[in-house]
Amino acid sequence: MPVFEQDGAQVWRRRTSGQNLVRWFGWLVGVAVFLFCWQRISEATTWFFVWDAPRIAGDIWTRATPPRWEYIAQLGRPIWDTLNIATLGTLIALCLAVPVAFLAASNTTPSRLFIRPVALLIIVSTRSINSLIWALLLIAIIGPGVFAGVIAIAIRSIGFCAKLLYEAIEEIDQSQVEAITATGASRLQVMAYGIVPQILPAFAGIAVFRWDINIRESTVLGLVGAGGIGLQLSSSLNVLAWPQVSLILIVILVAVVISEWVSAKVRGAII
Amino acid sequence: MNHRELDDMLGKGWRKPHFVTNPTLRWSLIAGFAAYLVAAVMTIEVDWGRVYEGLDRGWQFVLAFTRPDFVSRASDIWEGLSESIVMTVAASVVGILISIPIGLGAARNIAPLPVYMICRGIIAVSRALQEIIVAILLVAIFGFGPLAGFLTLSFATIGFLSKLLAEDIEAMDRVQAEAIRASGAKWTQWINYGVQPQVMPRLVGLSIYRVDINFRESAILGLVGAGGIGATLNTAFDRYEYDTAAAILMLIIGVVMALEYLSGLVRARVQ
Repeated sequence: MPVFEQDGAQVWRRRTSGQNLVRWFGWLVGVAVFLFCWQRISEATTWFFVWDAPRIAGDIWTRATPPRWEYIAQLGRPIWDTLNIATLGTLIALCLAVPVAFLAASNTTPSRLFIRPVALLIIVSTRSINSLIWALLLIAIIGPGVFAGVIAIAIRSIGFCAKLLYEAIEEIDQSQVEAITATGASRLQVMAYGIVPQILPAFAGIAVFRWDINIRESTVLGLVGAGGIGLQLSSSLNVLAWPQVSLILIVILVAVVISEWVSAKVRGAII
Repeated sequence: MNHRELDDMLGKGWRKPHFVTNPTLRWSLIAGFAAYLVAAVMTIEVDWGRVYEGLDRGWQFVLAFTRPDFVSRASDIWEGLSESIVMTVAASVVGILISIPIGLGAARNIAPLPVYMICRGIIAVSRALQEIIVAILLVAIFGFGPLAGFLTLSFATIGFLSKLLAEDIEAMDRVQAEAIRASGAKWTQWINYGVQPQVMPRLVGLSIYRVDINFRESAILGLVGAGGIGATLNTAFDRYEYDTAAAILMLIIGVVMALEYLSGLVRARVQ
């Protein structure tokens, strides 16, 4: 136990002097890195604009209030599109994520050496690239519109769903699988009666959770031209129609809150 | 299950019980979902001719991954990537530092009601607003550059981290905290020795995970002018320089994989 002497009495301390030194050095390096980063940011900033920011913010606020309520009549179709992008994207992603997850889980993969790394690569690469970037790419390939948004959301969600799902598959209780195997079931039957019932709650939870995230993401996909309410947001921003922008932001907020509420309710009912 | 039901089942083959037991509800749910799907698919306009034309370009993009071009735009890529990393580090540090007091305030078992309400309000606002929307507003207020991106990421970090930290504090073991308090500790000592050791492993794990998310998000903030590699990527797409875009995407995936590996190491050490 690290102790040190003070006026002849031994006093308890949490760490030895060596540990303390290492800690302080670590903190020093951390602070130095942060200050370096901050300096880089500060060099790239026009500070005059920053000092002027409160006035600009107030100016935007006066322009944006009150929201142009009658504009909501034109938002019906974009909202419907946004919902479709999220739902269809999630469905497509789930269809593709299930096989990928089974190939990636170490207890169900056919080949640990060849197929598993490929499945993991699919998961990592689809997961690390944001849906906006996928949308940007798909718009260059298949043209702007809702379809590009659906595919972008689908691709982005594969990695997320497959990762959570294969972790759930790896955590299953092996004795149930063995029991089904012992009855003489085929591979497919083992999967249907030994593995699937164990991961079904996790699967439903993941599906609803991802749907909720996808609603959020599909609201902004329109900024790059992939359909949905973001398209209206982007065109309103381009013409500096701030009252419309504030209305759209309110609509997006309401949509996000509703989707979160629905997802919480459904997950509560399932699990 | 009573005896009568069991008697009825004797001598018949076993059938899998349905998830929704009420048949009317089950079929109306299925029918409603099918109707929605049909309606959703009908409203998506797909220009198959355009898609067919684009397939060629898509194939070229896939090919570009076999010969990514890191060289011809090397200085732009390096500039963007280093700006993304700088923004990620600075925003994570500031975000984590701010989210700790807010997380403490949002835990019902250690904060008084007024503080709790304010902190929960901050969390709700930060979570409901999309990063990219916050970035648009902040770019309008603070001007182009990494400062807007830094502020956006810090703001998003607060919502994410404080919420999870507060939930962790609410789920902590009261006995340990009470023992510290019974020894006559001040409030700060109580937090330091009674609460902090219980939540520290999870806080470290979540912080590292958030660094990972922040980097991924910083890759798209450039699309709206908030600094980082997104601007370079967008330009590469716009000019159909798929080999450069492929190089940037591979760099993003590489950094995310490295961060994920690092976070795995750190989490294994602290837990």
